[in-house]
Amino acid sequence: MEVQLIKIEKRNDLSRSIYFLTPVLAIFLTLFGGGIIFYILGFNPIEALKFFFITPISDLYGLSELLVKATPLCLIAIGLSFCFKSNNWNIGAEGQLIFGGIVGGGVALLFYNHDGFYVLPIIILSGAIGGMLFAMIPAILKTYFNTNEILVSLMLVYVAKLLLDYLVVGPWSNPEGFNFPETRQFSESARMPILFGGLRIHAGIFITLITVFLSWLILYKTYLGFQIKVSGLSLKTAKYAGYKGKTMIIIVFMISGACAGLAGVGEITGPIGQLHRNISPDYGFTAIIVAFLGRLNPVGIIFASLIVALTYLGAETAQIFLQVPKYTGQVFQGMILFFLLGSDYLLFFKIKFLGLKKNEF
Amino acid sequence: MYKLFLRSLISVIFLLGFSLNANAEFKVGFVYVGPTGDHGWTYQHDEGRKAVEAAGIKTTYVESVPEGADAERVIRQLAQSGHDLIFTTSFGYMDPTNKVAKDFPNVKFEHATGYKREHSNVATYSARFYEGRTLLGHMAGKMTKTNTIGYIASFPIPEVIRGINAMTLAAQKVNPNIKTKIVWVFTWYDPGKESEAAQALIDQGADIIMQHTDSTAPVQVAEKAGVWSFGQASDMQRFAPKSILTSIIDDWAPYYVERSIAARDGTWKQQDTWHGLKEGMVAMAPYNSVMGDDLVKEVEQLQKDLASGKAHSFTGPIYDQKGNILVAEGAVADDGMLAGMNVYVKGVEGDIPQ
Repeated sequence: MEVQLIKIEKRNDLSRSIYFLTPVLAIFLTLFGGGIIFYILGFNPIEALKFFFITPISDLYGLSELLVKATPLCLIAIGLSFCFKSNNWNIGAEGQLIFGGIVGGGVALLFYNHDGFYVLPIIILSGAIGGMLFAMIPAILKTYFNTNEILVSLMLVYVAKLLLDYLVVGPWSNPEGFNFPETRQFSESARMPILFGGLRIHAGIFITLITVFLSWLILYKTYLGFQIKVSGLSLKTAKYAGYKGKTMIIIVFMISGACAGLAGVGEITGPIGQLHRNISPDYGFTAIIVAFLGRLNPVGIIFASLIVALTYLGAETAQIFLQVPKYTGQVFQGMILFFLLGSDYLLFFKIKFLGLKKNEF
Repeated sequence: MYKLFLRSLISVIFLLGFSLNANAEFKVGFVYVGPTGDHGWTYQHDEGRKAVEAAGIKTTYVESVPEGADAERVIRQLAQSGHDLIFTTSFGYMDPTNKVAKDFPNVKFEHATGYKREHSNVATYSARFYEGRTLLGHMAGKMTKTNTIGYIASFPIPEVIRGINAMTLAAQKVNPNIKTKIVWVFTWYDPGKESEAAQALIDQGADIIMQHTDSTAPVQVAEKAGVWSFGQASDMQRFAPKSILTSIIDDWAPYYVERSIAARDGTWKQQDTWHGLKEGMVAMAPYNSVMGDDLVKEVEQLQKDLASGKAHSFTGPIYDQKGNILVAEGAVADDGMLAGMNVYVKGVEGDIPQ
């Protein structure tokens, strides 16, 4: 019997523009694949895609909602990019977001009916610190006890969720709320200022933009950023160069956790205005897709967060106008990642057919 | 390469166009917390929606809407896209519903199971599910061999606690040794968690399983374990034909049709509706004949009495877990007390999560 031999070889002639164009290609393939799915489901693919990707952002309200949805995704993904670039796999951003929300929300409740310009900054800062401290748990366990940060950070998500459950059902629940599992609505002084009347877009977007800029500065203009990138490319080189690996691991987790915490506090002081069990529809996990779709690059992540946010809005609009099943949004997210990883593989490796050979087994 | 992408991107956008034609037809929107295929809570609301559709009124729904920041956007989108009446069918939509209602005074909003009516265009509605629980309690008290009833509870809100208490009181009436064991799952819909809870209760000796959650998982676990169970929200008989004694059915259809027609004809008014067996918002699926004719007859009589007002689920004397009297002998609990119920009655094990 004869078999075809295949050899997979690493490509060395990678061009930079191709590297950033593959995400665009992945999006087009997703649109195409989505069209086919809509067709199979019995919808007119062009019309369905229009309701999915254009109608949601065809007015000011829709654009504002897109930014409201993209803001936390972008923030978390920026933080994750520090971890992922240095080969630290922080999967628990969701937990860090929730913990940041808990700490920030606790402070907001502490300042209930308390006026003053300082209230909101304190809440935001405490949320960031909360997320940061929570992210240090897997970092310290990894550096000093050699645990696996993927498992530890992931399991801590459940710890944060259960803690939030406990707090909103019990000690922090609204005394006038008939035992419903939610806290009071925060006072005005604890809420993110709204940028335009009637829209939900809030000052949290500035925090995100500043974070993006700072991340770019750190990653591309500082020694720390250089260390992070080198460790990501080759741990041995980093060790040989004498970089302090342990400190760096802790720092990237701290940055990542602080970003997730900021995202959490931005949600509860922004569109939600209180603590309850559903402060995040899994933003922390979706941000992993965003980070990779954006190539772990601050600017790329901005675009990626907008696109992924659009898949959420699109799923809602498509259901309202065409009654397309809501889960198509998740299918689209999955397809984007699938096509991106698929085209990456073909980008970094080439497949060589070596001809037929006799099977010796 | 790059230009090619840009060019195709632009052409695709042009092809799809921006046109959006609004029309003035009367439309009713529904926001669901779960998938329409949960065969429980959301499924029944969707049955109600279908009845509105059958009455000749156009409807739209959005399923699996998280009770967080997303809910407000979905409700607003429905209001913005020309829906005249919007039903939001989970308690977590309470604040978003009122927020959106403020900005759309011409659109009517109906929020299920909440208590906030901050604007004149917001009505609330719920069903007296606890009347169904009383019937379940009667059957459970008669059918149990281990005197232990397992109860899967979602959230410690008055609605759920009322159900637990009503069931326990009715069971005690026919079987004074009854104990109610509760597992809180803190979700309305999570088949995995619900199955685990059912199994845990069975392992603790419960031979009757009932739940205040939305999936069919608990009755399926009960069927496998060979213990009795009850369907919740919709008739779940086909998921556990041997085990299910009956199901409490939430029948929203008449209410939805009535309110939709009222809104269309301009006679809609703000109100707080709390209907039960009498009005048919709570209904019972056929009783399993395995209970024997006598018990079935008893329960049917009790159902009639509850509907006519001859019997009440919360008739005194009722004591809390510590033995303090809650409702005096001969009296019945008023709606105010029922609406804010936050203590267990005697015979329920454990504490309400605080």
